[in-house]
Amino acid sequence: MAEPVILCRGLWKIYGSEPAKFLARHDSNPSPEQFEQSGHIGAVQDVNLDVQPGEILVIMGLSGSGKSTIVRCLSRLIEPTHGQVIFQGTDLLKATEKEMIEIRRHKMGMVFQNFALLPHRTVIDNVAFPLEVQGVDRAQRHERALEIIELVGLKGREKYYPRELSGGQQQRVGIARSLAVEPDVWFLDEPFSALDPLIRREMQDEFLRLQNLLHKTIIFITHDFDETVRLADRIAIMYEGRIVQLGTAEELVTKPATDYVRAFTRDIPKAKLLTVASVMGPANGARGDGPAVTDDQRIGDVAGLVIGQDKPVTVVNGSGNVVGSLTRQQVVDALFADRS
Amino acid sequence: MTGTAGPALSTAGPQSVWFRLRWPLVAALGVVFLILFRGTLPDWAITPPELWTTNLPLPFLIFSDAFFPALTIKGSSVADWFNGIVSVLREHEIFGLFTFRDVTRGIAGLIVWPLNFSEDLLISGFSDWEIPPIPWVVTTALAGILGWYLRGWGLGLLASSCIAYCAVFGKWELAMTTLSLVLVTAPIAILIGLVLGILALKWRQFERALWPILNLMQSLPHFGYLIPIVVFVGLGHKAGAIATILFALPPMAKITILGLRGVAEEVLEAGVMAGCTRRQMLWRVRIPAARPTLMVGVNQVIMQCLAMVVISAFIGARGLGIDLLFRLQTLQLGRALESGIAIVLMAIALDRLSQALSEKEPVHRQDGPFWSVHPYLTAAGLAAAAGILLAYLVPEAGQLPREMTVTLAPQWDLIIRGVVSALYEPLSFIREYLPPYVLIPIRTFFEQLPWTVFLGAAGLCGWVLGGWRLAALVGTYIGFIVLSGWWTEAMVTTYLVFVAVVICTIFGFPVGVWASRRDRRTRVVAFLCDTFQTFPSFIYLIPVVMLFQVGTISQIMAIVVYASIPVIRYTYVGLRAVPHSMVEAAVSSGCTPSQILWKVRMPLAFPEIMLGVNQTIMFGLFMVMIAGFIGGNFDLAREIFKAKAQNDAGLGLLLALCVAFLGLTADRLISAWASRRKAQLGLA
Repeated sequence: MAEPVILCRGLWKIYGSEPAKFLARHDSNPSPEQFEQSGHIGAVQDVNLDVQPGEILVIMGLSGSGKSTIVRCLSRLIEPTHGQVIFQGTDLLKATEKEMIEIRRHKMGMVFQNFALLPHRTVIDNVAFPLEVQGVDRAQRHERALEIIELVGLKGREKYYPRELSGGQQQRVGIARSLAVEPDVWFLDEPFSALDPLIRREMQDEFLRLQNLLHKTIIFITHDFDETVRLADRIAIMYEGRIVQLGTAEELVTKPATDYVRAFTRDIPKAKLLTVASVMGPANGARGDGPAVTDDQRIGDVAGLVIGQDKPVTVVNGSGNVVGSLTRQQVVDALFADRS
Repeated sequence: MTGTAGPALSTAGPQSVWFRLRWPLVAALGVVFLILFRGTLPDWAITPPELWTTNLPLPFLIFSDAFFPALTIKGSSVADWFNGIVSVLREHEIFGLFTFRDVTRGIAGLIVWPLNFSEDLLISGFSDWEIPPIPWVVTTALAGILGWYLRGWGLGLLASSCIAYCAVFGKWELAMTTLSLVLVTAPIAILIGLVLGILALKWRQFERALWPILNLMQSLPHFGYLIPIVVFVGLGHKAGAIATILFALPPMAKITILGLRGVAEEVLEAGVMAGCTRRQMLWRVRIPAARPTLMVGVNQVIMQCLAMVVISAFIGARGLGIDLLFRLQTLQLGRALESGIAIVLMAIALDRLSQALSEKEPVHRQDGPFWSVHPYLTAAGLAAAAGILLAYLVPEAGQLPREMTVTLAPQWDLIIRGVVSALYEPLSFIREYLPPYVLIPIRTFFEQLPWTVFLGAAGLCGWVLGGWRLAALVGTYIGFIVLSGWWTEAMVTTYLVFVAVVICTIFGFPVGVWASRRDRRTRVVAFLCDTFQTFPSFIYLIPVVMLFQVGTISQIMAIVVYASIPVIRYTYVGLRAVPHSMVEAAVSSGCTPSQILWKVRMPLAFPEIMLGVNQTIMFGLFMVMIAGFIGGNFDLAREIFKAKAQNDAGLGLLLALCVAFLGLTADRLISAWASRRKAQLGLA
């Protein structure tokens, strides 16, 4: 595995009258009762996380679960109470204000839920803003801004003001702005939550298209599980300030770590998520002359075939070897389990 | 009464009439006891004895003896104490070089430069270079183009006609003098307000110290600024400018603080993530993002400036104000009305233009030739060129000669006489019955109200509403008035404002309720309130003097006319702001419209309406001082005019503080009640 871009160890963010003392007093692991008694609130509790280069890590949780606080701790928009955030080898929590400004100027980009555009600036000046504060001259920053504006599909709107654009267009500006400095890591804080469902879908496609071109390291915050499944390489599920499980979507569905995760993943369309490999039984004998499926196909894609057969269907891997078998009953269980 | 009260009281629960009326009942009982047992109180508890107010062991005396033995202060009242400070500031030389007054006069000297410049530009021309002033046709056209640019041709037409009125009716010089005072003072007040706001944002401590000072400044009546200014700057035009700046800057400072703090968290985070330094955050993110709020402040400052510029006539500021003051003093009502209309038109134009400026949203431009990218600039340039050329060919387009101006004063006089004689009979009712049956009993009550009772009642209210802190605060305010030596005068002022506020409420509350019932009515009343509120308070003396001559009734009526606006506005705004879901719930429960009004809207809106009454009291206290000019009561206004005549700065400031503390007492108590009630209703 490559060196993680962001490594976060034992991260705490506590709100209250004396957060640091409170944490130290309870050996860096206060119980929920202790939180309640002292009036402190643990927004982020003992979070450990590693973000691999080029992956999309989605942090998912309901409102108040601490997901937005985590992403703000990683960029030090919020000062964490305790812990370590190692970004490309440097400990961010030990960086001076000046060093943080440099890091944010060159290595981080962020997209916000409500776009956070500057209302008095045109599209091009909003996109060029991060370059402007670095002192890049006007011609150069406008040239770069135009490139990105074209990339996000807003060519021709450079001179518009944010209020003259639709929500989806405004968020395209937000995305363009966050990419202006070619950041190494890209934070997206519920970027599509404020948009209509149809636009949201379109923007998700747009986002995947951009990621195919750019291969950024991404931390994506959302409360929408469908969105998570569509976009994520890996998923961290948060509950009351803690990450309760970190893994691929399939892992969350097949091996939920807690009842909370199970309840959360219950209603997701498994047909598109589960692979044959995670459902199949052991191989029974050599390959027959009936139809066969490969182990990396999705259940939804083979369900029709398998259910139409009386006998178990042979499962083969990429190189054609038999690795298992799939019965009608297994498919039905996988698709409809937990529904009764 | 006891016969019927007995059985009713026995069933008194939280819902009974007696329970709901418990506080008014307590107050009524208090008044009854007061009337019965006032005689048993010792004299010192009724009026503050002179022994107290003139023999105060004031800290300043000790201070001045120790540090400034040269300054001997005769007497030892609060006024002496204030005058002591004033004379130290006036005469004590810092480092033996200059006095505080030299500093203030120096600063005031600086303002002469921009003032002269703008007056040269608008009225008299630059004689050194033989450049004539801007022709009136150009000023008129530019005002129109500005309005056109900011909102559309309608506003352009309005702005143009307001300016043109001043030219055509021979008020050009006066109006332009007033305008140039506003144009110089407003930017300075805005700048100082901005700087104070930014400093407050930077240092919490500074904000904590600044906020109460701003509150006090906002409750000081106009004369509280004028009299000290006379001492430290002198009489005249520039003194008026300085007073105006001081008077107009508190709202800007407050709005700056609120605006800069109110920028959306995400926008600030976007700034930080872009890698802004602290300085960049302030100048490139916070201030631009707060622009809409800051512009509301700009509008307020401009209107405050205009109001104060007019009143500054009392200390010798030139312009429309002094003309109006002179016409009123000599009872040339037609001429006064003509000047008043000029002031009103200027107020409307300035208000609408600055409001349009604050509401103007940026619009993108398409590329093209200069005139199509910047049509307004082009139009302004063309209009200026054409106007200057015209003025060169036809001198009347440059400066309208006096014989070509029009006056409608004789016609106005005729109309006024007609209106007055038509209303004389109907209004004689007020003149005859109001004083003996209403005014004099109330005045007697307030005059004879023992200060101990007033202090006790206010303190008790404070304690009930906000604990000992509020009680102590209110107690300090009233204690100050007691020790100031002007208790009786303060009570006369209280009586005038009390009567006026009661009339305002009786009149304004139903109007507000009426206006809230239909969208159309709300629009009409909102328009009227907006318009009347922009008028400088001084204007309201004209119709009042017309109808009631001078005297107590005039003074009260002036307050009523001016101070009714907030109670009307807060009533309809409060009633309409009730959440729609609650009204729908009431409708679906089968409420009739009047049940919705009285059982749903009214209880929820009541705290807001009380805030309107609070504003009315503050407006009333401002107006009672200005209308003291026509009143003739033995109140604080009369004393403050006397202090002004004698250039007694210490006394002037002391009297102004008494007014401010009366206002702050009411303000703190009502605000505390309203916020508590809102919290109970879950509205806060």
